[in-house]
Amino acid sequence: MILVIAEQRAGTLNRATWETIAAAQQIAAGEPITIVVLGSGAGAVANELATADVREVVNVEHAALEPYTPDGYTAALQQAIDQLAPSLVLLPHTYQTRDFAPKLAARLDRALITDATGVKTTGERAFVRQMFQGKLTADVVPQGPGPHFVTFQIGAFRADQAARGAAPAPVRSIAVTIDASAIRQKPEAPFQEAKQAVDLSQAERIVAVGRGIKAAEHLPVAQKLADALGAELAASRPICDSGWLPMERQIGSSGQTVAPKLYVALGISGAIQHVVGMKGSRTIVAINKDADAPIFEVADYGIAGDLFEIVPAIVAELKK
Amino acid sequence: MKIAVCIKQVPTREWQPRLNDAKTWIREQDASYEMNEPDAYALEEALRLKEKHGGEVVVCSAGPARVAQVIREALARGADRAIHVEPIENDGLGSADAGVIAGALAAAMKEEQFDLVLTGLQSDDQGFAQTGVILAERLGLPHATIIMEVQVEGPSTGSGQAALRVKRELEGGWFQWVAMPLPAVLTIQSGINQLRYATLKGIMAAKKKEIRKAPPLPAGASAPKQKIVSLYVPEKGKKTQMIAGSASDAAKELVRRLREDARVI
Repeated sequence: MILVIAEQRAGTLNRATWETIAAAQQIAAGEPITIVVLGSGAGAVANELATADVREVVNVEHAALEPYTPDGYTAALQQAIDQLAPSLVLLPHTYQTRDFAPKLAARLDRALITDATGVKTTGERAFVRQMFQGKLTADVVPQGPGPHFVTFQIGAFRADQAARGAAPAPVRSIAVTIDASAIRQKPEAPFQEAKQAVDLSQAERIVAVGRGIKAAEHLPVAQKLADALGAELAASRPICDSGWLPMERQIGSSGQTVAPKLYVALGISGAIQHVVGMKGSRTIVAINKDADAPIFEVADYGIAGDLFEIVPAIVAELKK
Repeated sequence: MKIAVCIKQVPTREWQPRLNDAKTWIREQDASYEMNEPDAYALEEALRLKEKHGGEVVVCSAGPARVAQVIREALARGADRAIHVEPIENDGLGSADAGVIAGALAAAMKEEQFDLVLTGLQSDDQGFAQTGVILAERLGLPHATIIMEVQVEGPSTGSGQAALRVKRELEGGWFQWVAMPLPAVLTIQSGINQLRYATLKGIMAAKKKEIRKAPPLPAGASAPKQKIVSLYVPEKGKKTQMIAGSASDAAKELVRRLREDARVI
C-alpha cells in the first residue's frame, strides 16, 4: 500500500497534497493508495480527500496535533505507519514536510528521498532529483528496508491530474496516543509581515535580476529594461537577502509565485527555489553569461552573454 | 552559551560539473570548493549570539581532508575552535547521504553537550534539507527549521532555564514564532543576517585555533539509505531558442521574436 501524507493547516488542505496523490496514482500500478490526514477537527479535509480515487482516507484525530509541531506529527505518524504498514510513503516537499519528515524517517531508520521531480519505473524504481543547484540530475534508489519515504517538488506533478473516484472513498479514524507534555515546540499563530505593497502575481511583465547583477549600483540597468517593457522589477532570493531589493519583490519558493505574459531573467542561474516561482510564465527570456545555466532549460528565448552589454542594447532596440 | 555550527564544503557556484567514469558522482578532484552558503548564515548567526550572550562557537564539519579549507575560513570569521569528522568509508563522505552525515556529526558532537546547534537549511550540492533535522533526532533535541530570527530568553548559561523563541518562515510570505527549551537544533534560512568576512587579523588568529579530529565511526555504523545509480546533465524540457550574435544583433533579434512570434510586447 502507498501512503500519502496530506497537509492541512487550520482545516484548509494544502493544494500540493493533490499533486502527491497524482504522483501516487502514477506510481501505484494496481497497488492500493491510502491518504492519511492529521489534526484536530480535520474531518472536512478528510471528506474532501475522499473524492480522490484511493482505497481509503485515514483520519488521525488528536487535540495535540493542532497546531502543527514536528514532535507531535512524528509521534502520531510513527504510530499510524506502524498500524497501516505501507510499502512507500509520499509527501509534498513543503516547508512543513521539511520540518518533520527527516525526523520521522530517522526515528524509523528508513530512507527519505527529498524534493523528487519524477519516478523511473523501468527496472529498479528510482526517483529523479536535481542536485548542485540544478546543474545535474540524479536517479536515486532508496536503500534498506521499507517503507521508503519520498517527497515531491511542488509542481512536479499536476494536481488536476489526480483521478477522482466514482464514489467517495471510505474515511476511517485511527487512534494514536500522544503525550502533549512531550511536545517541546510551542508555536504561536502564523502571521504575515507588513502588507505587501507590490502584488507581482498581477504583473503582466516582470524583469527579474539574480546574482549576475553583481552589485546594488547596477540595478538601474535592469530598471531601465523594466521601464522600457512596462514591467515590474523583481529578484531571486540572494538579491533580497543582500537588501538590494525589498523582500516583497522576491520570486520563488520563499517569495511570490508569478505567471506573467513575459518574464525576463537577468543573471539568474535558475536554482529550483527560484524556478518554482516563475516557471508558469507564458514566455520566458533568460540572459546569463553561463551557457549551461539551468535557467536556459525553462527559457523560451536565451542569450548567453554579458547582461551589461545585452540589456542596454535591448533597451535601445525597444526605443527605436 | 556553547554553540555548534555545522558547515559543509560544497563545489563553488562557478564550478562546471564533470562526472566520474561510472557517472554516479562528480569528479571531486576537478571541483573547487567553498562554504555552503546557508551554513555561512548559520555561522554568522552563531557569532552574533555569542557576541550578545557570551560563550563559544564551535564549527563542526564532516568530510575528507579538503574540508579543512572551510573550517579555517569559519575560524577566521570568528569561530573559537572546530571539530573535523574524518571520512568513514570509501569516498570520504563527499557523496554521503544526510543520514550518514548527521550520524557522523552526532557521534562527534554528543559529548560536547552544546546548548544550541545551528546549521544551514540545506546544502548547495545534494540539497537534501535533512541533515539538521536528523541531527536533532540523533541528539535527542527539539528543533525548528527555516529560521529567520533567533531570540534567547532567560539565563543563557547553566541550568536549562533558558529558552528559545525563533521565527520560522512558512510559505508564501507567512511566518510563525515558535518557543522551545534549550538545548535545541535550528536550521537557518539564508538572509537571516548580513555576513561578515574574515579580517586579516582573523585569518592570523585562526592559525592558532584548535581543530579536533573526531575519530571515524566503525565501518557499517551508519548504512547509506540512498544510492545514486545515475548522474547526468538535465535533459532540456523545453525547446529553448538560443539567440547568438553580437549584443546589438542578439538584442534586435530577441525584440523581433518577442514582438512577432511570442507577441508579448
